[in-house]
Amino acid sequence: MIELSLAQMAQGLRQKTFSSRELTQAFLDRISQLNPRINAFITVTAETALQQAEQADARLAQSDASPLTGLPLAHKDIFCTQGVRTTCGSRMLENFTAPYSATVVSRLEEAGMVSLGKTNLDEFAMGSSNESSWFGPTLNPWDLNAVPGGSSGGSAAAVAARLVPAATGTDTGGSIRQPAAFCGITGIKPTYGRVSRWGMIAYASSLDQGGPMARSAEDCALLLQAMAGFDPKDSTSIQRNLPQYADALHEPLQGLTLGLPKEYFGEDLSPAMAKVLEQAIQTLEKLGVRCKEVSLPLTRLAIPAYYVIAPAEASTNLSRYDGVRFGHRCDQPQDLEDLYKRSRSEGFGEEVKRRILVGTYALSEGFYDAYYRKAQQLRRLITQDFQSSLKEVDLLLAPTTPTPAFDLGSKINDPVQMYLEDIYTLGVNLAGLPALSMPAGQVAGRPVGLQLIGNHFEEARLLNVAHQFQQVTDHHLQKPSGIE
Amino acid sequence: MQWEAVIGLEVHVQLATASKIFSGASTAFGAAPNSQACEIDLGLPGVLPVLNEKAVEMAVLFGLATHADIPERSVFERKNYFYPDLPKGYQTSQMAEPIVGPGYVDIPLEQGGIKRVRIHHAHLEEDAGKSLHEDFHGMTGIDLNRAGTPLLEVVSEPDMNSAKEAVAYLKAIHSLITYLGISDGNMAEGSMRCDANVSVRLKGEPKLGTRCEIKNVNSFRFVEKAINHEIERQIELIEDGGRVVQETRLYDPDKDETRSMRSKEEANDYRYFPCPDLLPLVLDPAYIDHLRSTLPELPDQKRERFTQQLGLSDYDAGVLSSSRALADYFDRATQLCGDAKLAANWVTGEVAASLNRDGLDITQSPVAPEQLAGLIKRLQDNTINGKAAKQVFAALWAEEAHTADEVIEAKGLKQVTDTGAIEAIIDQILQDNPAQVEQYRSAEEDKRGKMIGFFVGQVMKASRGTANPQAVNQLLKTKLDAL
Repeated sequence: MIELSLAQMAQGLRQKTFSSRELTQAFLDRISQLNPRINAFITVTAETALQQAEQADARLAQSDASPLTGLPLAHKDIFCTQGVRTTCGSRMLENFTAPYSATVVSRLEEAGMVSLGKTNLDEFAMGSSNESSWFGPTLNPWDLNAVPGGSSGGSAAAVAARLVPAATGTDTGGSIRQPAAFCGITGIKPTYGRVSRWGMIAYASSLDQGGPMARSAEDCALLLQAMAGFDPKDSTSIQRNLPQYADALHEPLQGLTLGLPKEYFGEDLSPAMAKVLEQAIQTLEKLGVRCKEVSLPLTRLAIPAYYVIAPAEASTNLSRYDGVRFGHRCDQPQDLEDLYKRSRSEGFGEEVKRRILVGTYALSEGFYDAYYRKAQQLRRLITQDFQSSLKEVDLLLAPTTPTPAFDLGSKINDPVQMYLEDIYTLGVNLAGLPALSMPAGQVAGRPVGLQLIGNHFEEARLLNVAHQFQQVTDHHLQKPSGIE
Repeated sequence: MQWEAVIGLEVHVQLATASKIFSGASTAFGAAPNSQACEIDLGLPGVLPVLNEKAVEMAVLFGLATHADIPERSVFERKNYFYPDLPKGYQTSQMAEPIVGPGYVDIPLEQGGIKRVRIHHAHLEEDAGKSLHEDFHGMTGIDLNRAGTPLLEVVSEPDMNSAKEAVAYLKAIHSLITYLGISDGNMAEGSMRCDANVSVRLKGEPKLGTRCEIKNVNSFRFVEKAINHEIERQIELIEDGGRVVQETRLYDPDKDETRSMRSKEEANDYRYFPCPDLLPLVLDPAYIDHLRSTLPELPDQKRERFTQQLGLSDYDAGVLSSSRALADYFDRATQLCGDAKLAANWVTGEVAASLNRDGLDITQSPVAPEQLAGLIKRLQDNTINGKAAKQVFAALWAEEAHTADEVIEAKGLKQVTDTGAIEAIIDQILQDNPAQVEQYRSAEEDKRGKMIGFFVGQVMKASRGTANPQAVNQLLKTKLDAL
């Protein structure tokens, strides 16, 4: 049961092969058995999950069901869930329960999905390894010595370990794609504005975007259909018709041109990874795709641009955590300044503090022009770079990461090395483009992610190419070897 | 030495929208603490702002009424600082690209004439909550009902040179916002608040002196007092060989003094930057044109109509156009009675005096313009005389009756113009006062005019004010001279 795709599970529910309650119980059992080993969940909501499952079964019995009714999922613990605590991986929000749900959460709930709980993440989504979580690191189910990636590492690990068939994630600089790559699953970061940010705790507002994570592109398409769409509560949400993602999956790939940005295949990329990607490219060519080298000359500059803009926005987004109205408050504050200083010092971890400091500095009087304004200029140029190459080709194909999952503890004390991990993913966020990562093979037992980048609103095309690839390969069906 | 003060004002106007600038919570004043603060106003994690279109409309109307440029694009920025009544740790405001560009208002000067005060810009922002320091035993209470209330901050150029001019400017702004209906302008409830930037320099000196910003001057009277006090303080300081330091000062109305709050060095670095949760606001020229077409008649236009078309004096026109409600009252009464001058006399006279005496606003007047017009009509058709009219007005004010006619009827105030009836009264009076009649008769011709007043008074009294005074005069003269 747990190996089925979402579409197969939906079919099973309709054919009464199993009920949503049985399905939900099977995953809950797996969570109690395996979560202690990989720490993918911060909160498991077994009781409400079973209630939701029973409601779903009732809907199914009355033929009042959506394609997602009765299917289990988990939410990254950055999405607010009414009545269930939302920690954002931080001590600051260890006991915070939002009085409202994120639009993404409500939409999936309305579709009848069963939420099993909240998954682990880097604190406030700041990190590429899940090691900055106040609730301890999530481990990679493929190899318990490896990180699952971040910041949506809990979601990625949970899906890979079959603790849940699908999960939500968010991607500010690669936080869906990189953990998807490290854990051998499929994840898509939609176009900025496609998925509502209401109730999604902000890290860097102009870059944050929610998206689905699942084992296949087909499952991602199903989820995205329900998650995406205009939301009047989010002023940056886009009013534009949604295509039928599932329908687009079956388009043939003949005549499609994929661009290979040469800067993404340079010296940063490990040779073993390059070899895996080479094979994947050949597979796609057999499906009728033509590949062509393109250039994105500003690729490396995405790192400094991102690490000014994201911390700048984060520094003010995180000002609300002041110990006054909610969240962590220090004991016995002596005065207002003491309340602020100690509450924030105790409530935030190292990486969050580092980014608040960097961002505050970048926005300060006298430095604004040199940092923030410059970074914004770079952002525009990087966007133009993408757009001009996407005039030549239909999509871009690239590695998701320079290396497969690295070892726990190997980069956590070297922020710059950690930031370099994001070199292939950051540019996409700066340009607001949709991008997908899917498994393309392995290096030394650790999965390799292949990234597809499209023009704005081209999610359907990305899912189409990934689905066609997954029809002729089985990388996305491989089970992680680290925990069974 | 001849000193000159240079004054600029920052006026915060709370816009009269039903809901907040970025959330759906109510903006009503006076609710229980924190009962009108939703998750957005509280700055909970994950919430996002959505701009209230009504606030935009009101800001644009203000811009159009002050002859300002309305740029096609404006940008919301975050002004970052920590304070317990600022839930998000930043205030969403505008800085580099405000919604209303440069404009002006004309203010009347005490010595006559008008002065043009330029407005640098006006921008939209959200209000903060309130910190309550009393009643919490050394702690501070936070009420976030006000957090997120839309404010229009109107920043003038330093074009005013006296406290009186500053007050005139503030009154002009007050009059505009109430005319436009974009704010109730209630200073006591904080709907309109003012900070004053004050500096002094020697007359003729082109360079501006160092300025101080005075916060918390929230009534017309306090503005005048605080500015005058600050001007004196600065002049005294300089004349004693000191130097004005740039700082923020707080006005204390109880002690009538300003005291230092923070110096320039202590000022926050607000780290303004464009709010990533709100896209730049782009206004279609057609939208602006539409709003322009909805502008009501503004004070200046009203004043002009009152003098040019209705023939009122400058003074009356100024008084009547000072508030939209007063002008509307006057316009309505005029429309119904057809005599603008008579209506103006009554509105600026009896009505204004009664309102003033009872501490009421024109909108609370017990006598509606329809009732006043009914009264004026009876004056016009000679049903009552002026003296009786005042009695009728007093009765209407006291709500003893609904119409002037009812009062006239009930009190028998109908003017007696029947000469027979008046003659009968006169005869009686002359008969009752033989000594006075004798005096009159023996008096010189030029003294008689004065003496006749006694008899007029007696007759009027006997008729309980209803006799037509002209007729009484005429008949008395004839009768006395015939004796």
